[in-house]
Amino acid sequence: MVVSKKKEVDVLDMKNKEAKTILSTQHLSIGYEDKVVAQNIELNIKKGELLAVIGVNGSGKSTLLKTIIKELTPIAGNVFLEEVAIENISAKEISEKISIVLTETHFSKNLRVEELVSLGRQPYSNWLGILTSKDKVAVQNALNLIAVQDLAHKKCSDLSDGQLQKVMLARALAQNTPLIMLDEPTTHLDLYHKAFVLKMLKKLSKTTQKAIVFATHEIDLALQLCDKIILVNNGEVIQQTPENLIKEKHLENLFPSDLIQFDSISKSFKIKS
Amino acid sequence: MKNLTTYLWVGIFILILATLLNISLGSVSIPLDEIVKSIFHLEVSKESWQYIILEYRLPKAFTAILVGSGLALSGLLMQTLFRNPLAGPYVLGLSSGASLGVALVIMGSSLFGGIAAGLFLSKWTLVIASSLGSFLVLLAILGASFKIKDTMALLIIGLMFASLTSAVVSVLSYFSPSQQLQQYIFWSFGSLGNLSWTEVGILFLFWLSGIILSIFCIKNLNSLLLGEQYAKSLGTNLKQNRFLVIFATSLLAGSITAFAGPIAFIGLAVPHLVRQIIPSSNHLVLVPAVILAGAILMLICDSIAQIPGSELTLPINAITSIIGAPVVIWLLVRKKKLMF
Repeated sequence: MVVSKKKEVDVLDMKNKEAKTILSTQHLSIGYEDKVVAQNIELNIKKGELLAVIGVNGSGKSTLLKTIIKELTPIAGNVFLEEVAIENISAKEISEKISIVLTETHFSKNLRVEELVSLGRQPYSNWLGILTSKDKVAVQNALNLIAVQDLAHKKCSDLSDGQLQKVMLARALAQNTPLIMLDEPTTHLDLYHKAFVLKMLKKLSKTTQKAIVFATHEIDLALQLCDKIILVNNGEVIQQTPENLIKEKHLENLFPSDLIQFDSISKSFKIKS
Repeated sequence: MKNLTTYLWVGIFILILATLLNISLGSVSIPLDEIVKSIFHLEVSKESWQYIILEYRLPKAFTAILVGSGLALSGLLMQTLFRNPLAGPYVLGLSSGASLGVALVIMGSSLFGGIAAGLFLSKWTLVIASSLGSFLVLLAILGASFKIKDTMALLIIGLMFASLTSAVVSVLSYFSPSQQLQQYIFWSFGSLGNLSWTEVGILFLFWLSGIILSIFCIKNLNSLLLGEQYAKSLGTNLKQNRFLVIFATSLLAGSITAFAGPIAFIGLAVPHLVRQIIPSSNHLVLVPAVILAGAILMLICDSIAQIPGSELTLPINAITSIIGAPVVIWLLVRKKKLMF
């Protein structure tokens, strides 16, 4: 097993026609020692795809994401990262394949934006973390892609929630991984900025050909924008295109039916009158 | 980056000035040119002057540099590891462990009969007792760090150790005769001036190992600024890093406390001061900056403790707090927010 190291491809230059599988799972069961959360999960995430992970609170979205980034071990089955079983990949190698964006913002607000984005280059830098000119180019590219160049010298304590979210995304891009995973990237944002962030993810997945997976509660927006949806519901995980998901009526029983109902014509949930 | 090198040179220049100032002050006034002559082993008009400079003031200045820089660096390491602006070199209970060791030796002797009362006055006994105390606390903390996943829990365990040991010290003090109590209190005032060149050398070895370990932690410390989860996603080995950082801090703070007593505030205040001056959060910049600033501040504190022009010397531990506390208050009022 040889994982190609430091293979740097200009993020804008990755227009590979053939859709390569970045991440897949086989007969995967996830959960904790005393509790199985979901069984028999078969996922297949290809480059250039935007996927939303949806499901009610406590359904196991986070458990699934944590298993994929090797923070939890599978109960059964396997996760494959570019066709290599994840149990055989070191944390260091994973850091070159998967970057993450979290909901929590408890990082040092003393960091300047450029410094923060530069930290995304750590998997590639030497033991002191000194940036090469190649690293610096990658950082500038990431800042440009998210259009936050003008924030580069600001302190994080001076940024709004929306700006912070963008900067964290730029950091993930600087890490230059084929897969980016985001945990509820739209949580603290208003409706406009929610749409803005999701559209940006869509655009990024197409221009950079990275696979982007995000957990979200914005089911309406996700159905409109994503290539695929990963639905986590009642111990079952389904990966489908939004159209098929609606056609096969998987969303009808996502929530208890006493308050809201899925309307397949408007592709959104409606409050029962 | 060019900017930062300027800061470095200015820092080194101020350090040299502060060292000269520190050496030139003392209960005996010695002209500046005679001081320089003494240092370079040239002909000096009074032999006693040369002796004072070489055997007393110079080792004291070196001690101040080692103590200040070591404590300041420990403070930075702890603030980043615990992601808490209130953390300092002693949050893990190292100084409390040292205090307990020393208290047991000084005050316990009268309580438990004492093995050889004369022995307890020896400086080395205190150094060993204090090292043992720090070392035991360090072992407990390292043991806990392997078991516990949450870094914050570790912080609280350190605080618990501190209150536990200080409670034992209180009990000891309560039952101690005043002479022993005074001896203990004198130790807790801290002192830079008691070290011979051999002792300075030993302290330097500990200091150097602490600094080298810290340099190896720089990259991981930077990733920790993002929080543990992000650090992990960047390939940082969290447990190994935590071990190294705690070990480095213990080497630095433990050896300093053993030789100079518990010295307050430098470790907490200097990293904050440096963050106000240097526009960077990169530990590659912060580590040398904090080392320089810690050394400078300690030299200045020690110079003030001499009370220039008088024969009195104030306890160094009081001076660091008298200077340090207003500085931190001023920072808080000005910035309204203290960040790690």
